[in-house]
Amino acid sequence: MSTDLHDITAQLDARMSDAVVGHEIAFGELTVTTTLSHLPVLVRWLQSDESMKFSTLVDITAVDYPGRADRFEVVYHFLSMYRNHRIRLKVMAGEDDIVPSITGIHASANWFEREVFDMFGILFSGHPDLRRLLTDYGFRGHPLRKDFPTTGYTEVRYDEALKRVVYEPVSLVQEYRQFDFMSPWEGADYVLPGDEKKEAAT
Amino acid sequence: MMDGSYTPDTLTQEQRIRNFNINFGPQHPAAHGVLRLVLELDGEIVERCDPHIGLLHRGTEKLMESRTYLQNLPYFDRLDYVAPMNQEHAWCLAIERLTEVEVPRRAQLIRVLYSEIGRILSHLLNVTTQAMDVGALTPPLWGFEEREKLMIFYERACGARLHAAYFRPGGVHQDLPPALIDDIEEWAHAFPKVLDDIDTLLTENRIFKQRNADIGIISEQEILDWGYSGVMVRGSGLAWDLRRAQPYECYDEFDFKIPVGKNGDCYDRYLCRMQEMRESTSIMLQAIEKLRAPEGQGDVLARGKLTPPSRSDMKTSMESLIHHFKLYTEGFHVPAGEVYAAVEAPKGEFGVYLVADGTNKPYRAKLRAPGFLHLQSMDHVAKGHQLADVAAIIGTMDVVFGEIDR
Repeated sequence: MSTDLHDITAQLDARMSDAVVGHEIAFGELTVTTTLSHLPVLVRWLQSDESMKFSTLVDITAVDYPGRADRFEVVYHFLSMYRNHRIRLKVMAGEDDIVPSITGIHASANWFEREVFDMFGILFSGHPDLRRLLTDYGFRGHPLRKDFPTTGYTEVRYDEALKRVVYEPVSLVQEYRQFDFMSPWEGADYVLPGDEKKEAAT
Repeated sequence: MMDGSYTPDTLTQEQRIRNFNINFGPQHPAAHGVLRLVLELDGEIVERCDPHIGLLHRGTEKLMESRTYLQNLPYFDRLDYVAPMNQEHAWCLAIERLTEVEVPRRAQLIRVLYSEIGRILSHLLNVTTQAMDVGALTPPLWGFEEREKLMIFYERACGARLHAAYFRPGGVHQDLPPALIDDIEEWAHAFPKVLDDIDTLLTENRIFKQRNADIGIISEQEILDWGYSGVMVRGSGLAWDLRRAQPYECYDEFDFKIPVGKNGDCYDRYLCRMQEMRESTSIMLQAIEKLRAPEGQGDVLARGKLTPPSRSDMKTSMESLIHHFKLYTEGFHVPAGEVYAAVEAPKGEFGVYLVADGTNKPYRAKLRAPGFLHLQSMDHVAKGHQLADVAAIIGTMDVVFGEIDR
């Protein structure tokens, strides 16, 4: 399998070198990084080239890295049922960047891009119907961003007096349990209770 | 135009008929859970079909980011709740790939055995409820009797009928007692007879054929366009099965056939599922034989950082006790990296894209559900069919909202 992957990278370097920013083989999987503008060309080439035939879109998702300049990493997975290999494509996208939609190449990208828009707020240009997919009608915010709280902002209940479902700000009877597993001996970079005395003594 | 307003065409004396919009679901029994379809009908013909999903969205992926790897495992039972262990399998494979843990042979065999039980659980539910969607009432009653027996096997292995949490990173939670293996074998010998009975109810049934044959035909190009997997592919004649094409666990040792359909319609997919259940039964029998062989004996967990120490060790060794405590509080740390692990779940390719950052929690986990892609093509497949066929198409796509909405 891995010799196959080396063949693919060699082909990519030879024929699509301007679209490929970098590639890496880890855990038996090939990851190719590309740029927003080259994405549709590369996807089209991977789909149609006889030696590639990545004809099935497996997945589109995104990963949020709030610390980076380009905050999001949009990740595409493709599969070739004919050549029996997989590839992962990555593009970096900032919060204001618009990612070109690949619905014209892979029809199945439709809902995946809607989901990414819903969950991360990444916009896709050329998408026929970019609505929210999984969240509630009238939902606000993008839940899978790292700065979105796990509890959300609103909660719903059925109001007996109003005879309808009402939306209210979240109120927790108990603080949401986010455990801190960092060992105080290694890795933790906050001041532990009592540590401040050390500073005062010196 | 308002409802009920009547505007005759003055020239031709003909009435203009507008298309009719209806809501299918979310409480319709044929919607298999909480699917809401907005259908635009021209008479009885479906013009447009807009699925509204997310009514069962529980934010699994978000929740997973704040829990340890082991705490995340039970979420997988709640995705495709019809075949829970197959989902857990993908999660365990992803973690094992990143941590480079070798699963002991006995655990691999038990995983294969229970994955196939899961496949039969799912196919039984799908085949029989599809029959119910098109008007037959007996098949679900017969099929659910067998599902009940299989769920008792689940219960005897792990204590839960549905929410198993049995496959663990590094193996399976507990070993199977010999009596359970004997009972599964006995069941596997008796099951083909039950399948034959369901066969006589459905396969040549005139109404069942009329409702399924030539409905929802899928071509090879459509498979590629819409990213189908599983029976949706095999029903159209492509022998694509991850167990064969990209073997995981020890599936390469097993002898099984991949049934394929010819016409790619709902009826062929039904036949594929029936045949796959027979193949699964044969894989189960092979797995049982291997479990009894001398090579199949031994531990069911790769003892190490990922798995708890044995109870007897904990009673005598302080290190083991600390290990146990740390494992179930802090959890294990997974080295940074990213991996996509896929299994051939009963419904198609179920995958987990796991991004680890070296801590005890996943940085991001994306669950790739086969039903998500199948349902998304609903508009494409149902267009031009009659309203009654929509139920058959939903049935054949094998949608379960636990995994689609996540």
